[in-house]
Order: sequence, then C-alpha cells, then structure tokens
Amino acid sequence: MNLALFKPEIILATTAVLVILVDLFVSQKYVTKYLTLTGLVVAGVFAVLMWGNDNPALFNNMLAADNFAIFFKLLFLGIAFLVILGSADYENKFASFKSEYYALILLSTLGMILMASATDLITIYISLELASVSLYVLVSLLKDKKSTEAALKYLLLGAIASAVLLYGMALVFGSTGQTQLTAITQSMHATGSSQPGLWLGIVMIIAGFGFKIAAVPFHMWVPDVYEGAPTTVTGYLSVGSKAAGFAVILRVFFSAFGTPFSMSYNWGVIFAVLAVISMIVGNVSAIPQTNIKRMLGYSSIAQAGYLMVGLATFGMAMSSTLFAESGLLFFLVSYALTNLGAFIAVVIISNKINSDNIADYAGMGKRSPLIALALTLCLVSLIGIPPAAGFMAKFYLFSLAAQHGLLWLVIIAAINSVISAYYYLRVVKVMWFNPAPSREKVPSSIAPKVALAICCLGVLLLGIIPGLMMKLTELATFIFLG
Amino acid sequence: MDFNWLSVILFLPAAGAIVIALMKGKNEKLYKWLAAIFTAIPLILAIYLFIAFDRTAGGMQFEENYLWIAPLNSYYHLGVDGLSLPLMLLTTFLGFLAVLISWKVTVRPREFFAWLLLLETSIIGVFVSLDLLLFFIMWEIEVIPMYFLISIWGSGRKGYSATKYVIYTLFGSALMLAGILSLYFTTGSLSMMDIANGGLGMVQTAMPAAAIFWLLFIGFAVKLPMFPLHTWLPDAHTDAPTAVSVMLAGVLIKMGGYGMIRLCVSMFPAQAQQYAQILIILALVGIIYGAAVTLMQKDIKRLIAYSSISHMGYVLLGIFALGQVSMTGAALQMFSHGIVTGLLFAMAGLLIHNVEVRDLSKLGGLGRQVPIIMAVFVIAGLASLGLPTTSGFAAEFLVFLGSYTSNVVAHLNVYTIIAIIGVVLTAGYILWMVQQAFHGPAKKEFNRVKDADNLEKVYMFAMVAVIMLVGIYPAILTDVFKVGIEPIVRLIGG
Repeated sequence: MNLALFKPEIILATTAVLVILVDLFVSQKYVTKYLTLTGLVVAGVFAVLMWGNDNPALFNNMLAADNFAIFFKLLFLGIAFLVILGSADYENKFASFKSEYYALILLSTLGMILMASATDLITIYISLELASVSLYVLVSLLKDKKSTEAALKYLLLGAIASAVLLYGMALVFGSTGQTQLTAITQSMHATGSSQPGLWLGIVMIIAGFGFKIAAVPFHMWVPDVYEGAPTTVTGYLSVGSKAAGFAVILRVFFSAFGTPFSMSYNWGVIFAVLAVISMIVGNVSAIPQTNIKRMLGYSSIAQAGYLMVGLATFGMAMSSTLFAESGLLFFLVSYALTNLGAFIAVVIISNKINSDNIADYAGMGKRSPLIALALTLCLVSLIGIPPAAGFMAKFYLFSLAAQHGLLWLVIIAAINSVISAYYYLRVVKVMWFNPAPSREKVPSSIAPKVALAICCLGVLLLGIIPGLMMKLTELATFIFLG
Repeated sequence: MDFNWLSVILFLPAAGAIVIALMKGKNEKLYKWLAAIFTAIPLILAIYLFIAFDRTAGGMQFEENYLWIAPLNSYYHLGVDGLSLPLMLLTTFLGFLAVLISWKVTVRPREFFAWLLLLETSIIGVFVSLDLLLFFIMWEIEVIPMYFLISIWGSGRKGYSATKYVIYTLFGSALMLAGILSLYFTTGSLSMMDIANGGLGMVQTAMPAAAIFWLLFIGFAVKLPMFPLHTWLPDAHTDAPTAVSVMLAGVLIKMGGYGMIRLCVSMFPAQAQQYAQILIILALVGIIYGAAVTLMQKDIKRLIAYSSISHMGYVLLGIFALGQVSMTGAALQMFSHGIVTGLLFAMAGLLIHNVEVRDLSKLGGLGRQVPIIMAVFVIAGLASLGLPTTSGFAAEFLVFLGSYTSNVVAHLNVYTIIAIIGVVLTAGYILWMVQQAFHGPAKKEFNRVKDADNLEKVYMFAMVAVIMLVGIYPAILTDVFKVGIEPIVRLIGG
C-alpha cells in the first residue's frame, strides 16, 4: 500500500470535509470558496507530479495510478475549478448552501476521479455511486419545483441504472468468478467467452454506463434534469459525468472485455448502433427546443453519439487500432472546454435576464458583445467548424474511425453535424440579429468572466495548435497498447 | 526566396480584421481606410508574385512548409502553381475592390469590414493550402463570415438565405471531410502534392477510389454550384449585400472548380475519365437549364445569380473534357467570370442603391439618367455573353475549342455544340436585362437618380480594364494557367 500515490484523492476528500467544518464556524462564505479552489489546485499539482510514473495496480489491484488515470484526474479537477469560478454570481440563488455546494462538487469530483482510476468492478461501482449521489443532491439545490422534480427523477432513474449496472456486474462475476478487470480477461480466456450469462452481463453494464454518458435509449432523464438543475450544476453534469462515464467504459471494456477480438467486435457493434441513434435522436430532438438548457441537453446526447463513434472504433478495430482512444480523450477535453464555456455564458446571461428561453437572448450581441461572442465561439465549436476545438476533435476522432473501415459511421456523424448546425446557429441568430428588448449590459463579477475566457482560449488553442494535447492523449492511452 | 510571401498575403486581411474588431470608438472612416490598406497590401504582393512567378520552371513556387500537428502528420504547407496563382491574385483584387464597393455601408461598419476581411483570408487560404487539413479548415472557416455578412447586412429573406447557404455548404463539406479522411488513410498522407504525385499507386484497396472521388466531388459541386445542387445560390446572391455578392460570385464559387481540378482530377485521373461523360451531361443541363431559368427572372440580382449557374456549367464542361486547352479555358473562365460577374453585381448593387428599385419591370429608361453606370453595365454584360475583346470571349472560346477537340470522352463534339446554344440564351437574357433597365423612354421618377461618383468610377474602371486586358491579350493568364495544368493533363494522358 503506497498512500503517496493517492495524494490528490486524499487532498480532495480532506478539503471537502474541511469545507463543511469551516462552514460551521466561519460566517464569510468566500473562505470556503477559496479553500475549495486551493484544494483543487493542490490536488492538481500533485497529480501533475505523478504524471509518467505508471503504476498500473494499487491496493490489491483495486485502483491504478497510470497516465490514463492522471489524465482524467487533471481533467476533472480542471472542470471542477472552472465550474466553481463560473458560479460566483449564480450561487446567490442558493446562498445558504454555498459551502455544501462546494463540498458536494468536491466529493463528486473525487468520485469521478476514482471512476477513472478504478480497476475492479467493486471500486468502480462505489466510486460511481459517490459521484452520482453527490450529483443527486446538487441537482436539488435550488429547492424550487423544477429543481426538486429534476432531482427526484434523476435519483429514481439513476438508482434503476445503478441496479442494472450492478446486476450486469454480478452476472459477469458469476460467469468469470472475478471482479478484478484483468483477471476477468484471464478467466474468459480459460473458460471461453461465449456464455450467454456473460453477454447479458455486458449488455447490462453498457446500459448502466449508457445512463451516465446519456446515450439513447438511456437518455430519458437528460432534458428534465438539465432544465431543472442549477445551471452551473448542469454544466458540471454535462461534462464531468459524461467524461467519467467514458473513462470508466474505456477502462472496463479494454481491460476486461478487450480480447478476444470476436468479443470486442460485438460490443463495438453495440456502441456503433448506440452512436447512430444517439446522434440522430439527440440532434433531431434539439431542433424544436426553446429552452437553451434543454437544447444543450439534447445536444450533449448527440455529442455522446460522436464520442461513441470512438468507442465503436475502439471495439471493432481493436486488433489493429493504435490511437482510437486518444481521439476519444482529445474529444472529451475539447467537449469539456466547449460545453463548460457555453454553460458559463448561459449562467452569466441568465443571472441578468432570469430566463433560459432562447428567444430572450435577443440582441445579446449588442448588449454584451464579448459574452455573446464567447457563446458563439462555443456553439461554433459544438457544430465542429474550424478554427474551434470541436472541429479538430471531430477530425481526429473521425479520422481514426475512417482509418478502421467505419467510413459509413463517419458519414452519418458528419451529416449529423450538419443537422446540428441548424439549432446551434439559431441561438447565434437570435443573439446577433434579433433586436434587443433593452440596451442594458449584462453584469458579471470577474470570476465567471475569467472562467469563460479560459474556456474560449482553450477552445481556440486546441483548434489551432492541437499537437501538444494530442501527444498527451496518446501518452495517456499507452496503457491500452497492452 | 526565403521570405514568407504567401503567409503575409494570407494573414494580412485576418490581421486587419482583428485590428478593426478591437478598435475603440466609432470612427467609421478609420475602419474603411484600415480595411482598404489591409487588402491593398496583399493585392500589391500578389501582383508582385504574379510577376516573379517563374513560368518556365512550373511546379509549386513560393512554398512554405512547417510541421504543424505531429500526431496527424499535418503540415502548414503553402504554395502556388500556375493554377492557383491567378486565382489568388483574383481574390486579392476583388477583396480590395469589395472594400471600395462597401464604402457606403453605414450599418455596424466595424463588424462588416472585420467579417469581410476574414472572408478574404479564408478564400486565399483555400487557394494556397497544400495540406488537406489546412485546405479543409480554410474551406470551412469561410462559412462563418458569410453567415454573418448575409444575415446582418443582407436584404429580403436574409435569415433564410444565410441558413440555407450554411446548411448546403456544411452538407457538402461533411461529405468532403469523409473523402479527405479516406484519402488520408488510404495514402497515409495529408500532402496534396504527395498524393497527386504518388497517384493511385498509393491508394490501397481499403476504400474504392471511386467512392472517394465522389465524396470529394459532391463537396465541390455544391460550391461550384453544379446542377442539381445549385439552389442555395440564387437565394444567397439575391439577399447578400453587394460586396458579398461580388466575393461570392467572384471567388467563392471558384473554390469549387479549383477543388475539382486540384483534388478530383489530379488525384483520381482514372475516375475523372471514367465519370466524365455523366459530369459533362450534368454540365450541359446546368448550362441550358441555368440560362433558361435566367430568362425568367425579374429581380436584377437574381437574374445575374442564375446566370452564374449557367456560366459555371462551362467551367465544369472545360474541366471534365480533360484536355489541356479545355482545362486552361475552364480556369480562364473562372477568372473571367469572377471579374465579369463581380462587376455585374457591383453595378446591380450600385443601381439598386441609387434607384432603390430592383424589379426589372419597374426600371427603364435609365440610360439617360445614369450614362456611366449604363456604359459599364453594358460592357460587363457583353463580356458575360462572350463578345470578342472581352475576357469572356477568350475563356469560352478556349473551353469550346478544347472540349470540341478533346478525345478523352466520346461524343464531346456533340456536347460542345449543345453547350454553344447556351451562349445564344446568354445573349438573350443579357440584352433583355440591359434593355429593360436602361432603354425605353426615361421615367420621371428616376430624374434625380445619381450616377456613379468618383470612388465608384475607380473600381468599375479597374474591373473593365482587367476585362479588356484579358480579352485582348489572354496569354497573360493562359501562359500561367498552362504551367499549372500541364502536369495535371499529363496524368490523364490527354
């Protein structure tokens, strides 16, 4: 047992507890906020220092501290940091729960980080619950009708998804007698991989994780929860929860079900099908939306579809693939920056106009050109138009898919991007071309603006000089080269 | 040649866009002057490169090549050859004139000039990129300025037209992207030169070459636009502001023709030959159908827009006749159409601005009130219908000559004769338009209409001069085009 390799997690957990304790004794809430931000930064520094010394197995093979895990640690810490910066004004809507809000975000981040490091079905399930339960509470934080309804819905559906996942894990354990991911593979090699129980288990695991990443048909919760939750939490949910889901899928399906090829090909096909229906359902349902949070919710379903193109590549071309996963990781980073940027802009705007209706964004280009420009950049990136990161991410991911003979999937994905242009551009159109109802500027404190600027800068940098990040994602996925 | 000429030409307009966008205050004059300066310098540099271009050596010149994205094996690779150099020159020329044409823009001038300059950078980028990824990025970037330019400063159903334009373009690029990706993985390279030189030998069996050819072709055909993918064009043109119409007709749709030659024909000579028959028939349909529809138009801008469809049919015919002469003709037609139709749009825009009427049936007798506009309009119209001594004649003549004599595709002489009928129709609608607008008894309500002022005279005479120069001495361009097209034709063996 080497606790030193566990430093970021320990720091996060300690900070979360500290935040709750300090809140009892200190009345100035900004103290807990700075404590939170400090905790995130310190955890991040330790995570950076651990980069490179690969430790594939810790704690009786329950966790890993390899580059893949560290990559996601940094991603989740960054997301949490930006979300907390971005909530500076918005959090007054739940003024009496500020510290709880910070602590819950920290705990949920901890859960996500553990999800990316977990190498055993048991730790995966525990960390997933840690992340989810914190999120259920976060969603309900506004305490109004919509928020409560969203939280209840999320909780009920999430519990069902967890049950299905757990059942799937139990079936896999029943067929192989193992919970440790690599041991599952070894056991499958010994006993063969064609048992129906094992397959049922895999399908149920896909369903359980599918809920996390909001893949169709496990997406029912998305629009209501996205709309009802506090907007900052929605932003956090839309990128953090999704990235964690993909991290855990990558690890489970590579380590446990990656070989033999006949098996990986089969689940690759499942993901390809899910990708197609997610893209189509997400994009088509987003078109008639009038609420920007619902629209971004459906758009995130479609984005999960693009990401699953990477999973399909990963499965269907396992024997020959080299970098399919790095494309997925790059897409996740780009998506995280883009979507967070969009949500922070939505938060800033909704603080002023108290509405999430797209129609109320009219004339935002005149009222606050910079914020409107930032939101436009993020939407353009979501469509996948250069020079934004979204384009490079799609190019990278789809190029890997095309390389492995999935051109049909790439064409469907590319055409879906065109469909998505319609509803993203509608927001742009409303902001820049419709007359403004008032000339009042949209005020904002400095922190959300900084967060927004970081996102936009990241989106542009990843779009113009993506080489460095691509290199990092390749290093992070070396563990999959076996 | 160590100085990075092309990068400077490419990024100066974008730099100007940023400078203008970031400026404080409401000094409209300053924006215009800045825009003029940031487009004039690239024009001067492009003229310099045009003179300095080594016509005997051929090949790519003024190349710049730096590693850009290592994991993708993508390079920042710029260069011009005989084909792209004149088109780049045309872009900088029209880019500069577009600023002059927009001198009277009063609505949100800062944003207007910023977008216009950004548009110029992306179009230049398409012509000078030699890396497929860079090419595609430039190709895509152009969508954003166009969307804003049409939807803010346009007229009529501008929102609808802008969205239609974007969706069409993105649809084409989606297929093109799939084509580029499969090209990338069948050859392992993003370098256009390597792929073209390596020929089909580099293409392995993972993906049939014909499929890649079609994916790319559709992307370009939307932009050209080829019948039946043309329906975005009349809407976009009609509703776009004048300067944007000029850029759109002048250079933007040339990206399609350029892409066909550079990617489809150079990289897939065998497929180009195989499908030339179908494509030429589509070109003929475009020529005749486009001209016929043009005859029906009442709106002056819509009429010119439809005429582009017909004229782009000649480009398609010239390219897929696959002969050296016909392709040179197609390239010259692209250049000539850029200037001629650009001028027609500029004149139509000026007329609409001054008269405030765009319906041909309500115009009439303007010849007396605006003699200068009429004179230039008539010259542009005559160039459009291909009168000798104008660039239109030289271009169409070369296309017809080349396609008639080309033996790459069967029955080409018959097709050529059909295509020539298009010229007759062109004469019909051009003369009808001139007659409707300028002849007949002078109308009283137009008595106070202003003629062109000095600034407008400058740009119209500049364009007329180029039309005449190319018409009288086409070799100034054909010599350069030939240098670029020769190696491509050699691949076909025609």
